[in-house]
Amino acid sequence: MSQRHLLKSSTFRLALVYMGLFGSSVLFLLGFIYWSTAAYMAHQADETIQAEIAGLAERYRSDGLTGLSSVLARRSTSRVGGNALYLLTDEFGTPLVGNLDRWPPVTPEPNGWLNFSLEHAGPRDEIHPARAQPFVLEGGYRLLVGLDMQELQQTERRIVTALIWGLAITLLLALAGGTLMSRSMVRRIESINQTSSRIIHGDLSRRIPTEDSDDDFDHLAANLNRMLDRIQALMEDVRRVSDNIAHDLKTPLTRLRNSLELLGAAHEDPEERQQLVEGALGEADGLLATFNALLRIARIESGARREEFRPVDLAGLVRDVFELYQPLAEEKGQRLILDVRVNAQIQGDRSLLSQALANLLDNAVKYTPAGGEIGLGLRTEDQAPVIVVSDSGPGIPEPERGKVFTRFYRLETSRSTPGNGLGLSLVAAVAELHRVHIALDDNRPGLVVRLLFSPNINNL
Amino acid sequence: MRILIIEDDDNTASYLLKGLTESGHTVDRSADGKDGLFMALEDDYDLIIVDRMLPVLDGLSLIRSLRAANRKMPALILSALGEVDDRVEGLQAGGDDYLVKPFAFAELLARIEALTRRSDAQSPETMLRVGDLEVNLLSRTVRRAGQPIELQPREFRLLEYLMRHADQVVTRTMLLENVWDYHFDPQTNVIDVHISRLRTKIDKGFEQPLLHTVRGAGYRLSPN
Repeated sequence: MSQRHLLKSSTFRLALVYMGLFGSSVLFLLGFIYWSTAAYMAHQADETIQAEIAGLAERYRSDGLTGLSSVLARRSTSRVGGNALYLLTDEFGTPLVGNLDRWPPVTPEPNGWLNFSLEHAGPRDEIHPARAQPFVLEGGYRLLVGLDMQELQQTERRIVTALIWGLAITLLLALAGGTLMSRSMVRRIESINQTSSRIIHGDLSRRIPTEDSDDDFDHLAANLNRMLDRIQALMEDVRRVSDNIAHDLKTPLTRLRNSLELLGAAHEDPEERQQLVEGALGEADGLLATFNALLRIARIESGARREEFRPVDLAGLVRDVFELYQPLAEEKGQRLILDVRVNAQIQGDRSLLSQALANLLDNAVKYTPAGGEIGLGLRTEDQAPVIVVSDSGPGIPEPERGKVFTRFYRLETSRSTPGNGLGLSLVAAVAELHRVHIALDDNRPGLVVRLLFSPNINNL
Repeated sequence: MRILIIEDDDNTASYLLKGLTESGHTVDRSADGKDGLFMALEDDYDLIIVDRMLPVLDGLSLIRSLRAANRKMPALILSALGEVDDRVEGLQAGGDDYLVKPFAFAELLARIEALTRRSDAQSPETMLRVGDLEVNLLSRTVRRAGQPIELQPREFRLLEYLMRHADQVVTRTMLLENVWDYHFDPQTNVIDVHISRLRTKIDKGFEQPLLHTVRGAGYRLSPN
């Protein structure tokens, strides 16, 4: 990918921010190290000078000028501690003893300390920095004690140089690390963007590649892929619905139109007229029922009803639906058996759940032959409530089980039986809203439908 | 009965006007909510039929205003919105019944009858009687011509509803809503079977059938 893209990417910017923060912390740390070493050393030097002055002042007091002078003379020439500087002058500034040739002509710091330059007679002519503290003795003599700071300053410089190098290397490493890191992320994000772009341009079958690393990007990719699966399924649903609408809605409309047309052809027979009118009304009612069912399903699928959830007693619900259908089953010569084994309460919409259950029973009653058996029950599986509806009818062949919940889907074998193909779509919509999983199995013979509620108490 | 229809769709309004006038009612019509409210406040109507979606002032607000003005005549709400919460909203606004469009005229008539009947006798009863059929609401027992009849709890509730609406047409939708508290239409003729069972229990073996089927509408419990 392009450099520009890399630099503009938000991951790179994040890396820069991190680098900035990290760099500041390192700077702070290094500053602390500097303070503890070089600054400390300088401070120590000052303390040494102070201590020496105090000692020399003592000597002056005890041994007088002569004693002080001899100490000074000795120390000035000694090689040990060879950085020390001494100068004793009279009140006029005339040098008396020491290894400085004159009083440094510099303005003192506010605290009295002098910072001046020393001409060092060494292998080369060097200028060394020096620092000294003046002291006025009784009698007007002035004492100056100091240190050649060259070595100290050199050490200081070396420390600072090392710290700066350290900081620079750290920043460079951080920058390099940041670049590498963002490059890898930008690559992942690019792959998602490219796949999405292809999908947007029409290829709905593509999916975002995952890398099996189970990291956040893979989770994102997996979720996006699931979303795409759902979109694809919905789109296929729409396609199938448009196909089925052609048949299932136009057929009653055609019949309705035919009745009206025939009616308009001035029939004399009032009985026949009445029949045609009632037929037309029936078709119109059938169409309206289909539209109402479609509207209801669409509203349920939009998920808005979840806010209206209340506690629902599943055992009571199942018993009510059983009681509603029991006479009908009996009349059709079917055995309807109630098997409520537990009590269970869930959060949901009682009205929608009853309708879903009623739809399942409608189907069971419709498709089970006389003498057959229909079961309606409530039990638990894995500590979760399950509603079971079973029948001994023709069942649903396995390959069709995934498809029966789509709108207007009719099995070829039941195209002629009355119904609008929406009953199971409503059941699916209600189940989805309640986060219920629908399992279809072979009842050998027949169909068994299990509505598996979520195990936790609030069911959501 | 004097009925006021507040409906902005001319087609629906003339449909209602025609049907209700032919059924022997005196009908007035208003086409918007504000005008309708004035009419309802000024004149004395036995029943108002209000469409939910109206210009100027919507149906539910109209009813709320009426109730705030202490006008208690029964109000039937018409609406294309048919979900349970829509119905609840309508009833909470002060409506007495809720009918989803489009509806069969027989349904409307049956509900009108039920509403106006309700506003008459509100006294708590312990016994309901139709012909020689007696229902004791306290002991939950049923007798016809002195003979006791055994009913399941749901059958009892069904009979009670029919008796409270004796001589009136009761539609399948009304039964589903009031006896079973269901607000949808099962595809199969589930209600019919319950009725025929009840009919077997209360009519079979007696001289006069009480539970009649009204073709294209519903059922009626009546000695005639």
